[in-house]
Amino acid sequence: MSSESLPLAAAGAGTDRRLRWLETLHGWVTTVDHKRLGILYVVYGIVFLAVGGVEATIMRIQLAVPNNHFVTPQVFNRMMTMHGTTMVFLVGVPILFGFANYLVPLMIGARDMAFPRLNAFGFWATAFGGLLLYFSFLGGEGLYGAGSAPDVGWFAYAPLTARAFSRGHSTDYWTLAIFVMGLGTIGTALNIVTTTVCLRCPGMKLTRMPLLVWMMVTMSAMTLVVMTPLSAAQIMLSIDRYLGGHFFDTQAGGSAVLWQHFFWIFGHPEVYVLIIPGFAFVSEILPVFSRKAIFGYPAMVAATVGIGFLSMGVWAHHMFTVGMSSHANTFFALTTMAVGIPTGIKIFNWLGTLWGGKIRFAVPMLFCLGFLFQFLIAGLTGIMLASVPFDWQLSDSYFVVAHFHYVLIGGLVMTIFGAIYYWFPKATGRMLSERLGRWHFWLFVIGFHLTFDTMHIPGMLGMPRRIYTYEADRGWGVFNLICTLGVVFQGVAILIFLWNVARSLAKGKIAGNDPWDAWTLEWVVTSPPPAYNFAKVPVVQSRRPLWDFKHPDDPDWKYE
Amino acid sequence: MSVRADAWPRPPETWRLPSRGPVGMACLILAEAAIFTIFVVAYLFYLGKSATGPQPKDVLEFPLLMSLCLFSSSATITFAVDALRKGKLGAFRAWWAATIALAVAFLAGTGLEWRHLIVDKGLTIRTNLFGTTYYSLVGLHAFHVIVGTLFFLVVLGLALAGRVAREHAERTHVLALYWHFVDAVWVVVLTVVYVIGR
Repeated sequence: MSSESLPLAAAGAGTDRRLRWLETLHGWVTTVDHKRLGILYVVYGIVFLAVGGVEATIMRIQLAVPNNHFVTPQVFNRMMTMHGTTMVFLVGVPILFGFANYLVPLMIGARDMAFPRLNAFGFWATAFGGLLLYFSFLGGEGLYGAGSAPDVGWFAYAPLTARAFSRGHSTDYWTLAIFVMGLGTIGTALNIVTTTVCLRCPGMKLTRMPLLVWMMVTMSAMTLVVMTPLSAAQIMLSIDRYLGGHFFDTQAGGSAVLWQHFFWIFGHPEVYVLIIPGFAFVSEILPVFSRKAIFGYPAMVAATVGIGFLSMGVWAHHMFTVGMSSHANTFFALTTMAVGIPTGIKIFNWLGTLWGGKIRFAVPMLFCLGFLFQFLIAGLTGIMLASVPFDWQLSDSYFVVAHFHYVLIGGLVMTIFGAIYYWFPKATGRMLSERLGRWHFWLFVIGFHLTFDTMHIPGMLGMPRRIYTYEADRGWGVFNLICTLGVVFQGVAILIFLWNVARSLAKGKIAGNDPWDAWTLEWVVTSPPPAYNFAKVPVVQSRRPLWDFKHPDDPDWKYE
Repeated sequence: MSVRADAWPRPPETWRLPSRGPVGMACLILAEAAIFTIFVVAYLFYLGKSATGPQPKDVLEFPLLMSLCLFSSSATITFAVDALRKGKLGAFRAWWAATIALAVAFLAGTGLEWRHLIVDKGLTIRTNLFGTTYYSLVGLHAFHVIVGTLFFLVVLGLALAGRVAREHAERTHVLALYWHFVDAVWVVVLTVVYVIGR
C-alpha cells in the first residue's frame, strides 16, 4: 500500500531522507499488495539462487579432480543437503509463486488477490522458513556438539534422520523449516486458486483465460494436495525425533521405505509444480515473439490438467531399486511414460506456434527457444529412466543428476530468466539491456551444456551420486573437470544478469505500458501498475483482449 | 503501442462468480484431506505390525457417546447458520453455544479416553507402533476440533457483544463447512481405528 505512511512522517519530517527510507521499508514490510509481494518473492528467490549456486560451486570444486580435499565429507554432505533444499524450497517455489502472485490478478483483470493478508502471511512464512533453515549453520550443533547444517540429503531418507544417526538439531531445523514454508506455500496456493475462481473480470470465461493463468491454477491446485503429504511426513518425523514415536523406526516395526513413499508422493509431483509455471512462461512469451496466437489452446489446457493428474501417480519411479513387486514397477513405469504424452502435445503446440510466425529474437524469446531444445532432451532421458531395467542400471548415478538438472536448469531456470526479461519492464518501468541479456544467454547456455551434457557420461560409467570424492583410476576425472569448468561460464552469466538488473533499474530504457506489443491485460496498465491495477474493471471478449483493442477491424472475438 | 484502458466493451448481461469464502475453504479442505490421508494410510499400513503390546483390540472401546456429540454438532451449527440467515439472533446464539458445548463434550471424551489408555493401560505414543499411529491420527483430528472450537468461541464472544448480524451469515457458513469436514474426518477415523483396526 504505497499510500500508507508512518505517523513520524506526518509530523512534518517527510523531507528527511532517513525517514523516507524508513517509510519505504515500512511500506514493503507491511504491504498486502499482490504486486509488491510478488516482487518480494522473486527477489527472495534470486538471493537464495545465489546462495544455492555457491553451495553447488563448492561441490563442483571438490569433485573437479580425484582425491580432492577442498572440503571434508561432512561439509560436502551439508552442501549437498542445503543445495537441494534451497533450490527447491527457497528458489523454485518462491520465484514461481512470486510470478503467479504478480501476474494472475493482472491477467484476469482483478484488483488484488482474493485474500491479500493471507498472501502476505504466505510470503513471510516462506521467508522466515528460509531463515530458520539457514540458522542451522549457527544453531544446528545443539547440546551434543554434532554437525551444523543438515546433512541428510534433501530427501532425508530414514533412518538417517533418526535421533541415533542425526544428533544435534540440524535435522530438526530442516524439518521445521520445511513445515513452516509448507504452511506459507499452501496459503498462497489456496489464494491463487480462489482468486482465479472468484475474481475474473466480466467476460473472462475459463476458456478465455491466458494459458499462464490456467497453468498457475493447475500448479496451485497440485500444491494443495502434494505439499500437504510432505507436511504430514514432517509431523511424523518430529513425533519420532521428539516424542519417541516409531513411524520410521525399523527396530520397532516401523518402515524406512514408508518415508520414501511419503517423501516422493510429494517429491515427484513437486517437480511438475515447478515445471508447469515454466510451461506457463513459454506459453505467454512464444506467441508474442512469433506474432501469432498460441497454437492449440484447448489441447494445451487439457495437457496441463492431464499432467497435473498423471503426475500424482508416478512417485515410486524414484524407488525402482528399493525392491518393489514387479506389478508396482510396471505400474509406475507405465504412468511415468504416459506423462510423456501430454508433454509431447505441448512441445508440438509450441512448435506449431512458431511455425510460419514472424519470429523476433529478443532475449525472452532466446531463453524460451533454449528451453524448447533442452527440455526435450531432459524429457527423453526421463523416458529412459522410466524403463525399469535401465533405471536399475543407472539409478543413484550421475546420469540421474544430469537428467533432473537438465529439467530444472535447462528447462525451468531458462524460462525463469526469459520471464524476468519479459516482465521486468512491467514491474519496474524500465527495460533490461538486450546486449547484456545476449551475453547472459549465450554464456549460460554454453556453461549449462558443458556441465550437464558432460555429466551424463560419468553417470553411465558408473559414478554414483552423493559421493564426496573418487579414485583417480575410474576414468571419471576429465568429465568432472569439464563439468566444473562449465560452472565458471554459468557463474559469469549470472553475474552479468545481476549487473544488468542493477544497471537497468537505474538507467534502463523507459518501457512504456506495452513494450513487446503483447495481448494480455497486464500490458494495458502503466509500468509499474498502480496499486489498484485497473481504474475501470476490464471487460474481455476474447483470449487476446489487447489484440481486439489494437485491431478493431479484425478482433479475435469474431472467430470464437 | 498503447491502448486506452477505460474504453472497455460492454460487460456481459449476466456475470456471476462464486464468492471467495466457500471456495477458499474448499481449497483448505482439499489440502487438509491430503494430510489426513497420509496419517490414515500410515495407520492402516502399521496395523498389526507392533512389535509389543498392547494391541488395539485389547484396549480400544467404540466411543459411541462422544461420536454422537460430534455428529449432532454438525446439525446444531447448521441450525445456527440458518437462524442467522433469517436474522433470528437469539436462536443463533443458542444453537452456536450448543455447538460449542457438543465440541467440548467430544474433547472431554477424548481426554478421558486418553487418560484411560495412558494411566490404566500403559499405552503412550512411544510404547509401540500402535501407540504412535493412534495418538498421531486421533490427536491430529482432536487438534482440528480444538482449532474449530477456538474459532467458535471468538464468534460467540462477538455475538454476545452484539457484533454479529445477519450479513455475517455467510462467514459463519464458511466456518460450518470446516466443521462438517472435521466431522467427516471423524467418520473415517472411527471406521479405520475403531471398526477395521479392532
